[in-house]
Amino acid sequence: MNAFSDSLALAAQLITHADATLWRIVGLSLRVSATACALGALLGLLAGAWLAVVRFRGQGAVVGALNTLLALPSVVVGLIVYLLLSRSGPLGSWGILFTPTAMVIAQSILVVPLIGALSRQVVADALREGGDQLQAMGARPLLAAALLLIHERRAVLTVLLTAFGRAVAEVGAVMIVGGNIDGVTRVMTTAIALETSKGDLPLALALGLVLLGVVALVNVAVALAQPRQGAVVGGLS
Amino acid sequence: MDLITSLSTSLTRRLILALGLAAVAGSVLAQDKFIVVASTTSTEQSGLFGHLLPQFKAATGIEARVVALGTGQALDMGRRGDADVVFVHDQAAEEKFAAEGFGLKRLPVMYNDFVLIGPAADPAKVRGNDITAALQKLAAAGAGASFISRGDKSGTHAAELRYWKAAGTDLATAKPAGYKECGCGMGPALNMAASTGAYVLADRGTWLSFKNRADLAVLVEGDKRLFNQYGVMVVNPAKHPQVKLALAQQFADWVVSPAGQASIAAYKIGGEQLFFPNFK
Amino acid sequence: MTALVSLMDASVRFGAVQALRPLDLVLHRGDRLALVGANGSGKTTLLRLLNGQLAPCTGQRTLSSQGNPLVSAMLFQRPFLLNLSVRRNLQLALWLAGVPAAERAARVPLALSRVGLQALADRPARSLSGGQQQRLALARAWGVRPDILFLDEPTASLDPSAKREVETLIEEFAHDGMTLVMSSHNLGQVKRLASRVVHLDAGRLVVDLPTDQFFNHDALPPEAAQFLKGELPWT
Repeated sequence: MNAFSDSLALAAQLITHADATLWRIVGLSLRVSATACALGALLGLLAGAWLAVVRFRGQGAVVGALNTLLALPSVVVGLIVYLLLSRSGPLGSWGILFTPTAMVIAQSILVVPLIGALSRQVVADALREGGDQLQAMGARPLLAAALLLIHERRAVLTVLLTAFGRAVAEVGAVMIVGGNIDGVTRVMTTAIALETSKGDLPLALALGLVLLGVVALVNVAVALAQPRQGAVVGGLS
Repeated sequence: MDLITSLSTSLTRRLILALGLAAVAGSVLAQDKFIVVASTTSTEQSGLFGHLLPQFKAATGIEARVVALGTGQALDMGRRGDADVVFVHDQAAEEKFAAEGFGLKRLPVMYNDFVLIGPAADPAKVRGNDITAALQKLAAAGAGASFISRGDKSGTHAAELRYWKAAGTDLATAKPAGYKECGCGMGPALNMAASTGAYVLADRGTWLSFKNRADLAVLVEGDKRLFNQYGVMVVNPAKHPQVKLALAQQFADWVVSPAGQASIAAYKIGGEQLFFPNFK
Repeated sequence: MTALVSLMDASVRFGAVQALRPLDLVLHRGDRLALVGANGSGKTTLLRLLNGQLAPCTGQRTLSSQGNPLVSAMLFQRPFLLNLSVRRNLQLALWLAGVPAAERAARVPLALSRVGLQALADRPARSLSGGQQQRLALARAWGVRPDILFLDEPTASLDPSAKREVETLIEEFAHDGMTLVMSSHNLGQVKRLASRVVHLDAGRLVVDLPTDQFFNHDALPPEAAQFLKGELPWT
């Protein structure tokens, strides 16, 4: 159990000594994944809402494909984006390989299916309850879907937190498209991978604990920002 | 506030936040001069670049961004034009790279040596200073001794394959019973050797900075054949016009300059020098 | 009396199921029309047909083109309210109906006080009691100033006192000039509120009579008479 107790102590030390390099790496992790989730939310929520209300032949196949993409390995996404952004690839002239922008793109691709598939289910379930009445009130299908996303905003928030978790914890995509360049594209997960391969296991574990701690703080912040559930009003006014 | 107004305001706010985050993320794209250097995990993990690159930046103002992969992958990166400079340790592969027109002239920079690492108890009795004899004993030990091969087309892997050949073992047809290929970098290979009590060929630099040694020790060293030469090449702009030729050339010129060579020699771990500059 | 909606030989079929056999029906302004019949007799389908939510498979549905387009609103047995405050739900409904912003701002407080919910305006709509929620639905409807108010079993889920409150409001709306089309199981309610009763049986329009005549057994076809007696033929 030595590695575990060492890493606990090391994690505490890392946090209290406020090492500048560490916090820069943490900051980059959060920025890249949060941006990817924001982009992913724009595309994913739109796709999910649309798929929930649209009716066309082959729709089942599209939904099936979306659900399959939930299992996209992050390293495969990294590889695909790398080949696209490589100088020898179609988008090489953009020159963004090995930059945080490339990492944001890769992670966005990773989370869009997640947000899309889950939000589609949220909207579809809510439509069963209120779709008819919203239509009777004059809402066209896509607008009804958007209203239902607001209606189910707690569920949507959970979906977004799930996507954020997936993004901030993945290492395959950011390693390949970012290159784990010291001071430029090194994030928490690639730093952990590096320390592991260097054999510094307590440090790697400690960094893992720091990452979990930071994500826990994000979750606490999100929870605190929620309005309290309304009290039940009984009886007549 | 009216519902629609407040909704669109908060939507706008979120959009601005998202774009702002993207801008911040993109702004890490430094405005200063930088080049991408494709190098090997041995040079990065030994800590050499952490020592060398700040001095390079101080001397030239150029930021060298190192992507650390195996030699094979680093050269592939050069072929694709995703790097401006390659800095690896497999002379045969490097010369092929230059001959194919992907790289400009190859400059020798420094050497370190390989060592054969294994469990201190040394069940196969390989200890000594002859790598060929050691590998022959490992092959003879069969299942009694495990050997971890990186199997990743790295410079270390290429060297390992040469030593097996010199020892008379044809890995394609007569792989020793304990031979395991992990397809991984030096660190993970050492991790594996540490946890399973296996033998592994490593570069001294990574070994010296490796922390998870368990009961591993250096068993074979000093054989002249274990000499490991590093070379630097600028990627040929004729193949990839966007290569930052001037900046890349400055990097190559600096590492072979007296200042660069002195910096390499000055890098020590626990008082021990890892890399020996040998540009001529 | 001005005709608002006319159905001529209109029928509705869902796949293999004939929900409504061809019927003729004219809805006049000021009508308080009640649709009665067993479950599955086609009341809701007829409501949606009159409201324009469904198109007839045969025959026609025509609106009187009398200058301003016809505005309608619909109430359901259990109103769907979003996870927002009472006020927001109201604003949203008006926005969906196309009421311009300045008008919305003016009508929201009026609608709230019309149904007596002004004190609860900022509560989450879903935390209201059943009767309060239905009153909010009435506020949503009232706020769009509908020509016709459609109601699909509006008090079926409510306890007696809530039922009374909601009925009172419906009565007041009708008194103020709203045309009503209401489906109901509650014959007492029909007697209290309706001016005209249509009885449906297995998708067929059986009778269409003024209320007092409907509740006079002698004038009725056998199915309707049996329905009134509370004895429904089991098929």
